[in-house]
Amino acid sequence: MMPIPWRVAERWDETADTFTVALEPSRPGEPPGFKPGQFNMLYAFGAGESALSISGDPSLPGRRLHTVRKVGTVTSALARLRPGDQVGLRGPFGTSWPMTDLKGRDLIFVAGGIGLAPLRPAIYHALRFRADYGSIRILVGARSPADLLYAAELANWQEIPGVFREVTVDRGTAAWNGHVGVVTKLIPPLPLDPGNSAALICGPEIMMRYTATALREKGLPAAAIHVTMERNMKCALAHCGHCQIGPHFICREGPVYPLDRIAFWLTQREV
Amino acid sequence: MTSLEPVLRQHPFFAGLDDAALTLLTGCARNVRFAPGQPLAREGRSADVFYLLRTGRAALGIPSPRGGTITIETLDAGDVIGWSWLFPPHLWQFDVTAVSEVHALALDGLCLRGKCEADPRLGYDLMKRFSRVMAARLAATRLQLLDLYRAGPHDFPSPEPP
Ligand SMILES: Cc1cc2nc3c(=O)[nH]c(=O)nc-3n(C[C@H](O)[C@H](O)[C@H](O)COP(=O)(O)OP(=O)(O)OC[C@H]3O[C@@H](n4cnc5c(N)ncnc54)[C@H](O)[C@@H]3O)c2cc1C
Repeated sequence: MMPIPWRVAERWDETADTFTVALEPSRPGEPPGFKPGQFNMLYAFGAGESALSISGDPSLPGRRLHTVRKVGTVTSALARLRPGDQVGLRGPFGTSWPMTDLKGRDLIFVAGGIGLAPLRPAIYHALRFRADYGSIRILVGARSPADLLYAAELANWQEIPGVFREVTVDRGTAAWNGHVGVVTKLIPPLPLDPGNSAALICGPEIMMRYTATALREKGLPAAAIHVTMERNMKCALAHCGHCQIGPHFICREGPVYPLDRIAFWLTQREV
Repeated sequence: MTSLEPVLRQHPFFAGLDDAALTLLTGCARNVRFAPGQPLAREGRSADVFYLLRTGRAALGIPSPRGGTITIETLDAGDVIGWSWLFPPHLWQFDVTAVSEVHALALDGLCLRGKCEADPRLGYDLMKRFSRVMAARLAATRLQLLDLYRAGPHDFPSPEPP
């Protein structure tokens, strides 16, 4: 599958090491839609290709947002992009958050750090089709207030009736009067109907594991807990084996999994 | 004056405690209120109470040598604050400050220690409740130490095989 050129329409910093690019198709024609939780392979010319979740609104497929943390060669090259520059894009790939199956349920979104990016399309979807879902809880953990993604949106979501939003940081500042502590601490006090709730978790694997444990302790069955596995991948076509975890090719069967399918592998070291 | 027993019974920390124990504990409890910024405890001062938060938020912190306080964690309705009253030298190890208006029950540690010594069954029950809270806080603190949110699978390399 060849990358298709997309143009950078906008680029802005989210935090000191994280930025968002808004891409538009360079070629005329209807761009393919995407589902919340899916990812693209973005090719930074001269640097290489990275798997990146789509962080924008699924109802606006012609404006594709990616929120990226600068960690190495490709993501640093992407960080240097400016409006008008081109990238190569393959995708969308992968499974999505099961928004249709979750209709009628209370939703609990739990994000750690950059994990809010792959969850945001699902949050947009749930807010757009508000009547399809019960209560919406959005729990977000970040290292510090300065590391919080989408701070303005987080503040807006708090104002929406039926939406409960809690943010916690590991290290507060003098001006911070929100929670201090890990995101798992926000779960025990939640009033929760385990038979009619579903959780969507995204963050580093250790965070997802402990979050899943805290939700299981509240009685939520593993099948109602969905996680996204973002292990390193290269081809996105279930060939190269880079993203393989046990028998699972994450690029083909993932990245979104129900916990009952992936729980064992979530506790395994990378293979 | 209305009894604090129903309030104590409703607090998650005392969930499932039997009536006799609740009556005993009620004798050691009083209602307290703190405005934002007011201290519930100060590091090094005598720890003669513990608190059961009913509403509001309090911050547990360490005074910084450069001024101000470093907040370690915040505690909310349903949480318990303070176990220094249990162990000698009975001194608070942290500052605790109200972040928003706090309504809490303060339980008199001296009164409680006496009752626990006299009634080891009550003492053991209380000790189990505090141990569970301490274990949960320790686990949360360990996660906080890991700097969880920045980590990818590669940031925690597997140890060398033996
Ligand atoms: C399905 C999927 C979705 C993803 N979505 C996003 C996203 O929305 N935003 C985002 O910023 N990143 C996302 N990632 C991670 C992203 O793909 C990698 O960070 C990126 O490929 C690193 O490339 P690099 O050349 O900049 O870094 P490299 O030079 O390849 O590596 C730099 C450092 O980052 C580590 N690293 C590489 N890949 C990963 C990974 N998958 N997870 C954690 N650490 C890694 C390396 O071990 C190394 O320490 C996603 C990954 C997958 C598989």
